[in-house]
Amino acid sequence: MNALSISQLRKVYSNGFEALKGIDLDVEEGDFFALLGPNGAGKSTAIGIISSLVNETSGSVTIFGHDLQKHRNQAKSCLGLVPQEVNFNQFDTVKNILLNQAGYYGMSRKVASARTEHCLKQMDLWDKRDTISRRLSGGMKRRVMIARAMVHAPKLLILDEPTAGVDIEIRRSMWEMMQDVNQQGTTIILTTHYLEEAESLCRNIAIIDQGRIVENSSMSQLLARLQVEHFVLDLAEALTTPPDLEGYQIELVSPKVMSVAVPKTKGLNQLFNYLTQHNIQVLSLKNKTNRLEQLFMDLVQAKTNRV
Amino acid sequence: MNFTAYNTIVVKEIYRFLRIWPQTLLPPAISTALYFLIFGKLIGDRIGTISGASYMDYIVPGVILMSVINHSYANVVSSFYSTKFQHNIEELLVAPVSNVVILAGYITGGILRGLLVGFVVAFIAMLFSEVIVQNFTIALLIALMTATMFSLAGFINAQLAESFDAISIIPNFVLTPLSYLGGVFYSVSMLPSVWQIISMGNPILYMVNAFRFGFIGVTDVDIQLAFMMTGGFIVLMTVFSLFLLHKGTGLKQ
Repeated sequence: MNALSISQLRKVYSNGFEALKGIDLDVEEGDFFALLGPNGAGKSTAIGIISSLVNETSGSVTIFGHDLQKHRNQAKSCLGLVPQEVNFNQFDTVKNILLNQAGYYGMSRKVASARTEHCLKQMDLWDKRDTISRRLSGGMKRRVMIARAMVHAPKLLILDEPTAGVDIEIRRSMWEMMQDVNQQGTTIILTTHYLEEAESLCRNIAIIDQGRIVENSSMSQLLARLQVEHFVLDLAEALTTPPDLEGYQIELVSPKVMSVAVPKTKGLNQLFNYLTQHNIQVLSLKNKTNRLEQLFMDLVQAKTNRV
Repeated sequence: MNFTAYNTIVVKEIYRFLRIWPQTLLPPAISTALYFLIFGKLIGDRIGTISGASYMDYIVPGVILMSVINHSYANVVSSFYSTKFQHNIEELLVAPVSNVVILAGYITGGILRGLLVGFVVAFIAMLFSEVIVQNFTIALLIALMTATMFSLAGFINAQLAESFDAISIIPNFVLTPLSYLGGVFYSVSMLPSVWQIISMGNPILYMVNAFRFGFIGVTDVDIQLAFMMTGGFIVLMTVFSLFLLHKGTGLKQ
């Protein structure tokens, strides 16, 4: 069964702006799915419609078989949302935020208390349960929102830029947490501007741009399409001119830093053989850009050029 | 109906207005004590009686009901608008909570605060007056209906408001003038005939007089008409509130 099915979804705002131009999208149960796109592409509008915060103009949304228009409450019960912005009552305690949310989902106080304890412990927030939420750090507030979205044990969890603005340590711990939640059976849809995050976590991906889905495939299939990878090499000694190797595009970023575009058909061995033969010692090697980032830019750029 | 969600909203609302009691319960106690002292005691002693009641006894029901009106309205408008402003409302919108439950939860919160303030003011009134309630059922019923009506008005204002300024316009420019001109401090029969006719278009006049009838058995209007008018407003405002919620006015794009 699909966790989410979207069919011909359109949204035209009152000012005439068409944010979604009839998108179709399926997300399988158990998937960890990336929904990517540049700012203003229509991601937030799509998530808003799925989570009943935005009224659609036309089209349909089905969550675990429940049509959002016909069986809204059943569809809502399957869904948990972690929004971009902090939207809980900042004057309430962490525990009350979760207890209230559980109450909205019809959970008895006893069950709500047990789920609250479970989710706060899972997010490492149990010792903060009686803290007024506005006193929490930014990373903790993000985790409160994830715990709140998980309190009714949703089958589909939408994370809208959950790691925006948090430091790398917290981000990594949140990745682990998200992977745990997914492994326990929860389908996750993730939107993020950190493409490294999407590449590391997600199995399938859709890229949305200017209100249309411009790419929808598995992460591995998409990355396999990358024909050229860009690397940056740190050299032991300075060069005055870049090496001339046929089939490779080599540039000097600085005398001791070299940028190389490596075609997939050629690989790295030939490049290193050539450098060794010419006594050019390489100290370190890294990807110039994240692989998904490269593809993302290509896809979005191609679409922009066509328009 | 999701009764657990309804209970959750009501408990949250009660907790909110009790937590900030210096803003919600204390000011009406102080301001009405001053009303009773200045208007009822110092000035009232020189006015004499109105419709057979001492001036103090005459104004007690009106002052109580004015407090019920202001606080039931203020509770819902401030709570719901803040919820909307801080986007907490999204917690309710994403959950399987029907519009009826959202409306009922917030209105119940407004009614409870309105009635609680009404009891606080009635307690203060007992320090200045020895008025005995003649018909408790009528007094309680009209107070309940008035609190319901003004809670609904607060809910509609909060949904339509786009700024904090917009939620203070109605109390300052509509509620306060209508309350003061609604026969709280005088009998409408004391007005010139043209103002008597104009006053009959003020719904608060009917509620104040019905409540006063329950207290001291004196009224300027037909009690049945007062109940019908208040009930009619409640029905209309409930329908309009649900329509706004259904459309998502001020809540959804």
